[in-house]
Amino acid sequence: MAAINDFALKLANVNGTGSASANSLLMQAIFRMGIPVSGKNLFPSNIQGLPTWYEIRVNKEGHVARAEGFDLFVAMNAETYGVDIAEVRSGGFVLYDSSWPLDPSLSRKDVTFLGVPLARLCGESFVDSRERILMKNIAYAGVLMALLEIDRAVVDKLLEEKFAGKPKLRESNQRALELGRRFAVEHLPHPLPFKLAPMDATRDSVLIDGNTAAALGCLYAGATVAAWYPITPATSLMDAFRGFCGEYRKSPEGMRACIVQAEDELAAIGMTMGAGWAGARAFTSTAGPGISLMGELLGLAYYAEIPIVIVDVQRVGPSTGMPTRTQQGDILSCAYASHGDTKHVLLFPANPEECFRLAVVAFDLAERFQTPVFMLSDLDIGMNDWVCPRFTWDDSYRPNRGRVLGADELRALAGPFTRYWPVDDEYVAARTLPGVSEKGAYFTRGSGHNKLGGYTETPSEYQEVIDRLAAKHRAAAHAVPAALLDGTGARTGIITLGGCDAAVREGLVGLRARGMELDLMRVRAYPFGPEVAAFIAAHERCVVIEQNRDGQLRTLLVNELGVDPARLVSLLSYGGFPLSAHEVVAGITSRMEKA
Amino acid sequence: MTSIRKPAVHHPSLTKNALGLTFRDYEGSMSTLCAGCGHDSVTAAIVRAFWELDIPPHRVAKLSGIGCSSKTPTYFVRGAHGFNSAHGRMPALATGAVAANRELVTIGISGDGDSLSIGLGHMCHAIRRNLRMLYVIENNGVYGLTKGQFSASSDLGSKSKRGEPNPMRPIDPALLALSLGATFIARSFSGDKEQLVPILKAGLRHRGFALVDVISPCVTFNDHEGSTKSYAETRRRSLPLVTADFVPPQNEIAVRFGAGETLAVTMHDGSTLRLEKVAPDYEPRDPAAVYRYLHERQASGLVPTGLLYVDESLGDMHEMNHTVARPLTDLPFEELCPGSAALDALMEDFR
Repeated sequence: MAAINDFALKLANVNGTGSASANSLLMQAIFRMGIPVSGKNLFPSNIQGLPTWYEIRVNKEGHVARAEGFDLFVAMNAETYGVDIAEVRSGGFVLYDSSWPLDPSLSRKDVTFLGVPLARLCGESFVDSRERILMKNIAYAGVLMALLEIDRAVVDKLLEEKFAGKPKLRESNQRALELGRRFAVEHLPHPLPFKLAPMDATRDSVLIDGNTAAALGCLYAGATVAAWYPITPATSLMDAFRGFCGEYRKSPEGMRACIVQAEDELAAIGMTMGAGWAGARAFTSTAGPGISLMGELLGLAYYAEIPIVIVDVQRVGPSTGMPTRTQQGDILSCAYASHGDTKHVLLFPANPEECFRLAVVAFDLAERFQTPVFMLSDLDIGMNDWVCPRFTWDDSYRPNRGRVLGADELRALAGPFTRYWPVDDEYVAARTLPGVSEKGAYFTRGSGHNKLGGYTETPSEYQEVIDRLAAKHRAAAHAVPAALLDGTGARTGIITLGGCDAAVREGLVGLRARGMELDLMRVRAYPFGPEVAAFIAAHERCVVIEQNRDGQLRTLLVNELGVDPARLVSLLSYGGFPLSAHEVVAGITSRMEKA
Repeated sequence: MTSIRKPAVHHPSLTKNALGLTFRDYEGSMSTLCAGCGHDSVTAAIVRAFWELDIPPHRVAKLSGIGCSSKTPTYFVRGAHGFNSAHGRMPALATGAVAANRELVTIGISGDGDSLSIGLGHMCHAIRRNLRMLYVIENNGVYGLTKGQFSASSDLGSKSKRGEPNPMRPIDPALLALSLGATFIARSFSGDKEQLVPILKAGLRHRGFALVDVISPCVTFNDHEGSTKSYAETRRRSLPLVTADFVPPQNEIAVRFGAGETLAVTMHDGSTLRLEKVAPDYEPRDPAAVYRYLHERQASGLVPTGLLYVDESLGDMHEMNHTVARPLTDLPFEELCPGSAALDALMEDFR
């Protein structure tokens, strides 16, 4: 019996050959057939010539975590045939370009090889050499149309939209698709024992990546100044923000935003701070190396109490690490960024929809608490397309600009204005903006200052301010998004964050089906709200699942909440690929057996 | 001088500007620099320039990095917001502030360590963006706060206080700025208020990045024999090139004309900058000629001062960005958030 809407395929290509458009065409077609689908792009840090892979998982239950063990492998890169063919599950299929014979040593008895002479077909049908290479990709998409029963009308519609106004390109694509499709129908078993069937599960969904979503959140939050330095995997965030500004911030008067491509990350954070100081909602987007460079000024923003938002799309470190692979390795370096005693506010989105929502929250928190707020996304969330519920917007939303005194309020002040005193019950003092009133003038400094903002080298005056900053950080614990809890009072709890979410939830379904009772808490922010300590206290022990070597979330929990380290067991995945449910199930099972 | 504590009450006879403010209203807190520091003279010239231009103090944003020079924004225009940022990063902070509010009158104060070493890249890129600000380098050729190390502007062979000669060639901010396409380059001497005040005023009115390199001797660490930036040495070698006087259009005053021809440069805001050409063949708008001239003078050990180069043709950062004329900080949220209907429509693009 054929497995319907429950399989995974992986496509191996050479980067720079145009495979991305064929792969996203496949993703989008499946999505438009109403079937839950997820795509993971595993690409090299290179422009042309190195191996690149794309994984597509179809799952009618809606699980979107990375799959392991592939039903079908589209092997288009002879360089990686060896490793690729080994990744196919027993009983699976390999689709390869049979224009050249396959080395017999690569053969596997438990796998079916489907040869399609793609290069030859395209060579016969297309004249231009570049087109021959590009259309090979579209041709294998055509083969998959037949093998997996992808709806032809859906694909036709996609091509029509994509190549509107480019009839020649559309015709080439159509021809290549048909070449592949016809060959499959005439020469290959079809459909395969796993295939697609239309569903109605994506009607209220969109297919979007986290960087685009975060950029959209910054747009809706009213950010007007953005400064950045190009870095993988954060670049597409600012590209998207620029695109949205072109669409929604252009007026006959001019552009209602200023985006500055800085000379480095030191400048990017400095510009963001200058703008935040002057009263704009300002942000920067970066990755781990950028966070390292921003260190000094992040301390200044913390100490001088300047609201800014930093989106960190995490990649694999340390050092240059693996720029095109995912990790959650910046938790500690962001939580305590900069020299001296510093503590920052962090948000952990788990998917693009949360990137959109939490970006808005980040600006509100930054201005309410007059401090840098980090949103820690990662490459998997940021650069891959995810099926998410359609984003919605509440038109009654108004930004929380925090305590800012205008000219009238300053005039009404009985005494002089002082920058860091008096404070409210969240330990926040009113600030003023340059250009507004002489009475609000003050001197911002990163050097030691007293509660009035004046220079000091007096221990008690210095401590009074730095202690208040700690109290302000504690107060923020009650204002950040609360951890999400799921459970029925099991003895063991799972704690996770960010992009681990999908794999952990899928893993839990499997574990519960095996009779393992586990509660789940997904932390969404630091400082931790009271529910985090309560969850840990309510469980005999917790397994902390995260994507880094050192258990950084676990360290933060131990350090900040005074938890007995023995009660928190780590389950770590840090090779650079997104977490899979299989890793969760295997890891939890082995830890439960040991206990 | 701002290094002397003065009573808060002003003498009634002090002259008032168009805003009814005396120059005392443009002062700041008392200087904590060494007595006789060139930087205090620059501060006094800055006070004068703001006062003479009738700039409302609250419209001013004054930023600095770290170092002796960077302490000085506290010593002028007390009614302005100030930001003593981090070493070398002032241009970045200023870029953000100007991006957010283009109506601020922005002045950045830095030193040779700040601008020519740790923050060199930021200064270069602020020049390229033609960020609208007055950028002052209080250049003393030495690290003062850390007690006397050579800086990147220490001249070749210049001797440190301990007598060691500097083996490296200096970075000349004027030549560097010229090569980067700067639109306003001037040099002056902290002790020459007559030249410095008009230059600062012209820089404040310039629609773009106005670089003013002020040779400002360090009395403590770089005013000894063998130093090329001592008072005595600078006075000996300084060559006044062009004296500038700046005339706001609304209040034209008599300009002192020296010998030689005059050149009128019309600024973007309609005001006129009149240059007195001391060197008969000097053309401050021909970059190649300026470069040759500066290079020759540098080689012969002369320090040309005055308005060295001006180009009013290039737009500033906001013009390059086509930003709205209103400050971004003044835009109401309704003009920034596209709203739910737009989002619903946009979501169709992600189907």
